[in-house]
Amino acid sequence: MTTTTKKEIQRKSFNWNTFQKDAAPYVFVSPFFILFAIFGLLPIVFSLVLAFSSWNSAAGLSTMKFVGLSNFTYVLAEPEFRTTIYNTLWIAIVSGLPQHMVAIPLAYILHTQVKRFKHFFTAAFLVPYVTSTVAIAIVISVLFSEQRGIVNQFLLWLNDFPILGSIIPDKDGENYIKWTFDRNYTKPLLCILIFWRYFGYNTVLYLAGLQTISSDIYEAAEVDGASRIQQFWYITLPLLRPIAYFATIGTVVGNLNLFDEVLILLSGPPAGGQDHSGETIGYYLYYNAFIANDMGAAAAVAWLLFILVLIITVLTNLAFGRSANSTEA
Amino acid sequence: MTTSLNKPTKVRSLEQRALGGKLALNGVLLFMAIFTLAPLYLMFVLATYAKGHTFDLPVHTWFGTDMPLNYQILLEKANFWRAFWNSTYISIMSVAFTLFFCSLGGYAFAMYEFKGKKIMFGLLLGTVLIPGLLGLVPYYLIMQQIGWVGKPIALYFPGAANAFGIFLMRQYIISSIPKELMEAARIDGCSEFRIYWAVVLPLLGPVMATLGLTTLIGSWNAFSNALVMLREQETFTLPLVLRSLQGLSTTEWGALLLGTSIATIPLLILFVFTSRQLVSGITSGAVKG
Repeated sequence: MTTTTKKEIQRKSFNWNTFQKDAAPYVFVSPFFILFAIFGLLPIVFSLVLAFSSWNSAAGLSTMKFVGLSNFTYVLAEPEFRTTIYNTLWIAIVSGLPQHMVAIPLAYILHTQVKRFKHFFTAAFLVPYVTSTVAIAIVISVLFSEQRGIVNQFLLWLNDFPILGSIIPDKDGENYIKWTFDRNYTKPLLCILIFWRYFGYNTVLYLAGLQTISSDIYEAAEVDGASRIQQFWYITLPLLRPIAYFATIGTVVGNLNLFDEVLILLSGPPAGGQDHSGETIGYYLYYNAFIANDMGAAAAVAWLLFILVLIITVLTNLAFGRSANSTEA
Repeated sequence: MTTSLNKPTKVRSLEQRALGGKLALNGVLLFMAIFTLAPLYLMFVLATYAKGHTFDLPVHTWFGTDMPLNYQILLEKANFWRAFWNSTYISIMSVAFTLFFCSLGGYAFAMYEFKGKKIMFGLLLGTVLIPGLLGLVPYYLIMQQIGWVGKPIALYFPGAANAFGIFLMRQYIISSIPKELMEAARIDGCSEFRIYWAVVLPLLGPVMATLGLTTLIGSWNAFSNALVMLREQETFTLPLVLRSLQGLSTTEWGALLLGTSIATIPLLILFVFTSRQLVSGITSGAVKG
């Protein structure tokens, strides 16, 4: 009742000042909602339609036909798609876990042991994050070049050592490792690149988390006679959980959407490495959409990827003991 | 007081042990720093060696003299400075629009009470969870429909008002701008937009730097979006031009690495002076303010 009378009063005596004051916040937030509607929401709704349609994109929208689940059954039956899922998960785990296993102790060392050069080290670790994927991929292809790349040369040199030599894959020095081709090495190569690029970013996140832990807790623990290792294990790690959650989700989602690195580094031939060994779901999607021109299949892949991301995000949530719909980080 | 006689020796031994540990830990840090910096250092070094010397052994560790030659080849093979300008233009527009839209939105969410505010803010945060690849195909079709394919605007406008930026701005404005300021400006007869533009905006320096920097880095390095949207050599950005050089049958490594070096230098210089802002940008989403 009160609101209607209030409105009536306002309507009766229209006042520009009050009107622009009431309308202002809506106008101010509108760019986000307008841009999101056109460039975010509309494509998603459209891609849902596309996923259930067959369509020749060159012949215009009129050729669009509803085909039920056939895009999904087609994609799921493709052995290549299963390979890309396997690859994506493999890369996500092998590049993701080490990032955090290195970032947490590194942030701890930076936080507890370093004063003067703290800023220098954080900056140095962040440099790869600032550099473009293309530049990095080009440098990587020099370093990991098959014949005379530094990494292969270094491995050959290690061969001369009695114990190390036995664990080096190429002993004879004839068959250099074809990092960007050989099915056994494309995924590790991508993982090295991703690790190099993002461990510093995660270190910065954990460092920020460490700075929020009050030093009183450590002092109390020290009085109780806890060693540094014990303090790390029983105080630092548990209190880092919120940040670890945030960082893990970032890594998981980023790794599942991996695309740029594959496209540049494994541009082939064959693209994606030998037997699609380094091909990710993101690359497979791009290939279907823009090279094979099968927009329906690409949309189906996009939704399958989305479902996969959702499942893994929920699993991550469970691992961190949070409810799945909590949006707090 | 008698205990103080024993104390010095004990303290020294502890200090020595701490020093040894500290050196070891700093060694670990130094090793990781070399691990991150060495490839880029090598990129700059090899940019100064001519074709055929990229893979010399032992590895070059200091700069050579073939940079002018590489530079010539770079200009022959690609419209490099055109791409540099394209990247600069797109990045500047991207930063300008992002700062404007996000500060405006963040300001509204921070300072006003309005119907539907909670739901709208929830929706805004929810959009972060949507993976970019999901709408990629129709996104391209929409761009085709409105005729933006091949145009720089396709790269700087659609993502300008983003949830991360608005969230960042809101957090900063809530914590540092008193609402009384708005009231005072209103009494002085300012319009709502003028309050934002003339009173609030000038106070947003630090957070503008933070958001501007992350936006600039993202925009300067953007690859897949540019790859899908830009078709003509004329409109290519730096990442696209560099990649097109790599695809040539005989890769001119020296010229290519010079190109990547020139493309990387502006960001590195900027980063050296503003890394603190970048760090606060990275962490502001992670640590609740």
